[in-house]
Amino acid sequence: MEIALVLLPLAGAVAAALVPSQRVRPLVVPAVAVLHAALFTTILAGGVSSGRGVWLRLDPLATVILGTVTVLFLLVAFYVPGYLELRPDRDNRIFCAVLLFFLAMTSLLALAQHLGLLWVAMEATTLATAPLLYFNRTARSLEATWKYLMIGSVGVAIALLGSLFLAYSAHLGGGEPSLLFEDLLAGAGSFSRPWLRAAFVLLLVGYGTKMGLAPLHTWKPDAYGEAPGLVGALLAGGMTNCAFLALLRVYRVVNAAGEGAFARELLVFMGLASIGLAAVFVVRQRDIKRMLAYSSVEHVGILVLGIGLGGIGVFGSLLHAINNGLTKGILFLAAGNIHRAYGSKSTDEISGAISRLPISGSLFLVGFFAITGSPPFGPFVSEFTIVNAAIGGGHPVAGTLFLVLLGIVFIGMGSTVLSAVQGRPGTASAGTPYKDDVARTAPILVAAALVLLLGLYLPAPLVTLLEKASAGLEARP
Amino acid sequence: MTHPVDILLVVVILLNFLVLGTPALRLTIRGAAVQGAILAVLPLLVHRGFGWRVVAIAFATMAIKGLLIPGLLEKAMRDIHIRHEVEPYVGFVPSLFLCAVGTGLAILFAGNLPLAPEHVGTLLVPASLATLLSGFLVLTTRRKAISQVVGYLILENGIFIFGQLLIEAMPFLVEAGVLLDLFVGIFIMGIVINHIRQEFSSLDTELLSELKD
Repeated sequence: MEIALVLLPLAGAVAAALVPSQRVRPLVVPAVAVLHAALFTTILAGGVSSGRGVWLRLDPLATVILGTVTVLFLLVAFYVPGYLELRPDRDNRIFCAVLLFFLAMTSLLALAQHLGLLWVAMEATTLATAPLLYFNRTARSLEATWKYLMIGSVGVAIALLGSLFLAYSAHLGGGEPSLLFEDLLAGAGSFSRPWLRAAFVLLLVGYGTKMGLAPLHTWKPDAYGEAPGLVGALLAGGMTNCAFLALLRVYRVVNAAGEGAFARELLVFMGLASIGLAAVFVVRQRDIKRMLAYSSVEHVGILVLGIGLGGIGVFGSLLHAINNGLTKGILFLAAGNIHRAYGSKSTDEISGAISRLPISGSLFLVGFFAITGSPPFGPFVSEFTIVNAAIGGGHPVAGTLFLVLLGIVFIGMGSTVLSAVQGRPGTASAGTPYKDDVARTAPILVAAALVLLLGLYLPAPLVTLLEKASAGLEARP
Repeated sequence: MTHPVDILLVVVILLNFLVLGTPALRLTIRGAAVQGAILAVLPLLVHRGFGWRVVAIAFATMAIKGLLIPGLLEKAMRDIHIRHEVEPYVGFVPSLFLCAVGTGLAILFAGNLPLAPEHVGTLLVPASLATLLSGFLVLTTRRKAISQVVGYLILENGIFIFGQLLIEAMPFLVEAGVLLDLFVGIFIMGIVINHIRQEFSSLDTELLSELKD
């Protein structure tokens, strides 16, 4: 049944490619997204396929990540027609088809219960995003695409080597040759330790490159800076979460084998390094999209930091995956609108966004407060949980450092965001006819409402789901 | 008597040096192609059993790594009229030296890891790591986009060698998926290369340095 979540968007991609009309085609994307979301809900409600030897399963971890991706994609999909309406000069056949292919591959990745299949899906996701980055056909977007493609491909190749190392570690431990995660978890106790440790390092480097952890993040500012806003939203809220999920699946095996402490040290280190690097680069960043890219480096750092701290940090981290995903939707879509209105993404030209674009400008400001962990928004709750895990779990140094860095990022991002939204619009914005309208602001409003809701109230089923998903990811004695 | 697999792996390692040591693009592409063709034979020799799976993988590897991808790259090279890699970031002699050091380290490293009894004494692990490192060297030290793609191809070849240790554990579907991903990946890189040429009238990735903080 779960395979339908992959096949439906694949069929949608083919359908989008076959639609001859440039104006009708963008409508296929939201139509398929609605069907995909409905199917996701049906499968979730109808009980998940059980039994052993299943390759695709909507387990709690997959539900958290794929749920986030599904909601984010749905919002972005409703933004697509409004965005493409502004770009009548561009052929959107490839763009629409590849968007749906991306949804299919992220679904495959989230559901994959097989080490090899997980890798194939990650690589396919990488390849699918290349045409999306190059949508603007400029020299700069070409450069970003080339860097993304080369760095991403090498990263994913290293993840493949790591997967093979993990498989060899299992092979040396005896037992039947199977790379299903349930078999790997069951046999983990007898795995060869040196190979397992090497495997985790390689997989952390490989999937960490896709997440954009420092110092493997170098593709990120270029890619997010040059891609259309809606693609940035899907990368920062969707693809990074999928890479995070891939890392979690592997971490669970390493943890079951009794090497969790080693892995957690690495995760805490990489997490703090990413947050620290983002804090350095976000200060005095004049390009709003590159600023968001560094914010994304910061937040993938927070995700792995939470896992590395263990305890309630795991819960906080999984909740943060949801919060970060949705908040990135607000920020990138609003930034995209601002970019359109001013014909620039630099604060040299952008000022007074709130008076030029009352809705998008205000939502950009709301997104900024949410992502930097201000109450009452969702990320506040998840970041607070992670801080608690650090202070209460015997990592006072990491906890303090984390808080200080969050403060620096707040000030750094704040100065850029405020200079963009405040003041009076300059002459640059007069040249573009762009106006906010329902098609391009409603999805952002809904995302903002969800992020606010998650900050005020955590529904009981969500808490149960996150607790179930945390199983096997906590520290083991 | 030395196992035939090891003889082939020695040739693979020598090809790493050939690719790193020559400025002629055609030679680097051909070197990677021969390497790919040798790798296609490996599964047959490592496994002895000629199950349909092993044969299918061997054929697919031969077609993709030995013929299709090199053909694609040579066509790109002809279209662009570029024949030589000039002034790599690291010179040819130093990169040969680095490759030798890397190969030595790979042998040392492989000697320190526990191996299954059937793999003790073969060159599979050191050859895999050495090839991987060579690919990485080509990828990072060359300016021309085509050379970088060749580096990626060699890096993937290194991983393919390691995969031979695990052919029983890897389902056919996954192995086919890996090969398909490699092919599509290089195909997309080829498309991007073509756009780079149209945009900049050159394939020097040095020109791709507009984006920075």
